[in-house]
Amino acid sequence: MHKKQDLAWQRAQKRARLKKKTGNLIVSGILFLTAFLISMPLILLICGSLKGTDELKSALGPVLSDMDAMVEFKLFPKYPTLRHWIELLFDKPEYYVVFINSLKIVAGTLLGQMIIGVPSAWAFARFSFPGRKLLFTVYISLMMMPFSVTMLSNYLVLKDLSLLDNLWGIILPGVFSTFPVFIMYRGFCGIPKELLEAAKVDGAGEFQVFFHIGLPLGSAGIGSALVLGFLEYFSLIEQPLAFLKDRSLWPLSLYLPQIGLSDAGFAFAASVMGLIPAVFVFLLGQDYLEKGIIATGMKE
Amino acid sequence: MKGSMKSLTGFKSILQNKKKLKRTPWKEVFIFLFPGFAGVCLFVLVPFGDVVRRSFSTAVTGEWSGLSNYKMILNNQAFLLAAKNTLRFMGICLPLLIAVSLFLAYELSKSRYMKLLKSLYLLPMAIPAAAVVLVWKLLFDRQGILNALWEPFLSEPVDYMGTNAAFWVLVISYIWKNLGYTVILWLAGIMGISEGIIDAAKVDGAGERTCFFRIILPNLKPTLYTITVLSFLNSFKVFREAYLVAGAYPHESMYLLQHLFNNWFLNLDMDKMAAAAVLTAGVMLVFILILQALWDRKDV
Repeated sequence: MHKKQDLAWQRAQKRARLKKKTGNLIVSGILFLTAFLISMPLILLICGSLKGTDELKSALGPVLSDMDAMVEFKLFPKYPTLRHWIELLFDKPEYYVVFINSLKIVAGTLLGQMIIGVPSAWAFARFSFPGRKLLFTVYISLMMMPFSVTMLSNYLVLKDLSLLDNLWGIILPGVFSTFPVFIMYRGFCGIPKELLEAAKVDGAGEFQVFFHIGLPLGSAGIGSALVLGFLEYFSLIEQPLAFLKDRSLWPLSLYLPQIGLSDAGFAFAASVMGLIPAVFVFLLGQDYLEKGIIATGMKE
Repeated sequence: MKGSMKSLTGFKSILQNKKKLKRTPWKEVFIFLFPGFAGVCLFVLVPFGDVVRRSFSTAVTGEWSGLSNYKMILNNQAFLLAAKNTLRFMGICLPLLIAVSLFLAYELSKSRYMKLLKSLYLLPMAIPAAAVVLVWKLLFDRQGILNALWEPFLSEPVDYMGTNAAFWVLVISYIWKNLGYTVILWLAGIMGISEGIIDAAKVDGAGERTCFFRIILPNLKPTLYTITVLSFLNSFKVFREAYLVAGAYPHESMYLLQHLFNNWFLNLDMDKMAAAAVLTAGVMLVFILILQALWDRKDV
């Protein structure tokens, strides 16, 4: 009697476990499928950059001309070649110009944000003075405004300072962006108060506390701001589009879209090359990036 | 537990903690904060004041014209279309993104492959818009990859960029780009819920579903708030993809406020731009303050 019941119970358990296992398998399937679809554009780009010119021409023909056929875009190249990469690296000097423009914008902006933004963030996180709350509210509201809203005011000030058609006209407004201040503020808030007070009791001044405790312990927040900033300013489009008429100043992000499919192999290679720095920073700084994303949303 | 996470704008209680701090001498406040604040004034606040003044003046003579600029844009067909599309875009994208990412994050939190999948989901954040334009063009062309894949099942190829489908292309590219960081935020929220509570509920006989709806979901309210704000802000950036793929005058279903601002800027329609910028900033500010007030009331 008992044995029978036991057996039935065991069978029911087994069935439940099996059901759970299939359920898990389906969920894992969905998770991986989503990941695959998300990475698809990247895979397409890399594979495209390794295809021969003829293969691309015949595959993309329908998109290029108005033929009444569909593209035949096979994922993997029939005869992989590095031709377009060699062309990109050795025959296209203008590519270096736009690439370096992009790097100048990123480097200038981030450097400025460190010099200007880090002390601001420290002041908001650690100082106490009248008007602090109001000022911080202003900073937060500013960081939330889309570029469309600030476009005209941005233009007016750049015109007055004669910074239109000048890389500084892109860099300087970025330096005073309030978003990195907010991210680093979050990082500085996480430093235990006791530590800072102990340092002050021992006779350290504001500056010593800032340099010897604040910077090292707030480095995660600073790292997050740098990674988020790199990704943002490396793919900047609206600002250069509006304020840079001179094509020799254009960054990569304006140059790439206008290559066109008639030079598809080069377009693919140039696109892949253009995302390498960003993906590199992403891979190096993924922990910082995640911390930064979380810091945008939460306290401690 | 519940108050362990604070949102972006729910900084009231963070600030209250600081009240115990001694007043910082003005000299230090000045040194740390002034350079940044001066820059913010110079590049944002003062020129925006000028924009507000312009929104009440005529474009050419600069005479006071009262609300006539505002009346003009509110009767402007392009403005109404763009505002409608922008609202529709947000109304569809935000709930979709929030629901899909919550599902993925919840399943991911139980998955063995969390770290790998998380990185893959986050990858699009690092890929500059300009680098994937090529893929978008190939995918959504009338003779492009998607139509080639569907060809056996459809009688007519879909003209993705030339019909109302263009709107959905925009939705897809927004979800693609933003899924990763939303998943990260949800994950942080889910991981922040102590396992003790869930285990206790399970011992009491609560099933998976009960746990999710009765424990996990209510605890994610603060995260939901954050995600809503951030996704709202990032929804403005979809203009990058839209502009690069379809140009300044795309199909009217995807003509957004950002397109309109850009085109007014190119035509030097300063009066319209000023009024629209002030109006948009006002709406954003009200939105931000309402959310903040809701937040603080619930939380304190």
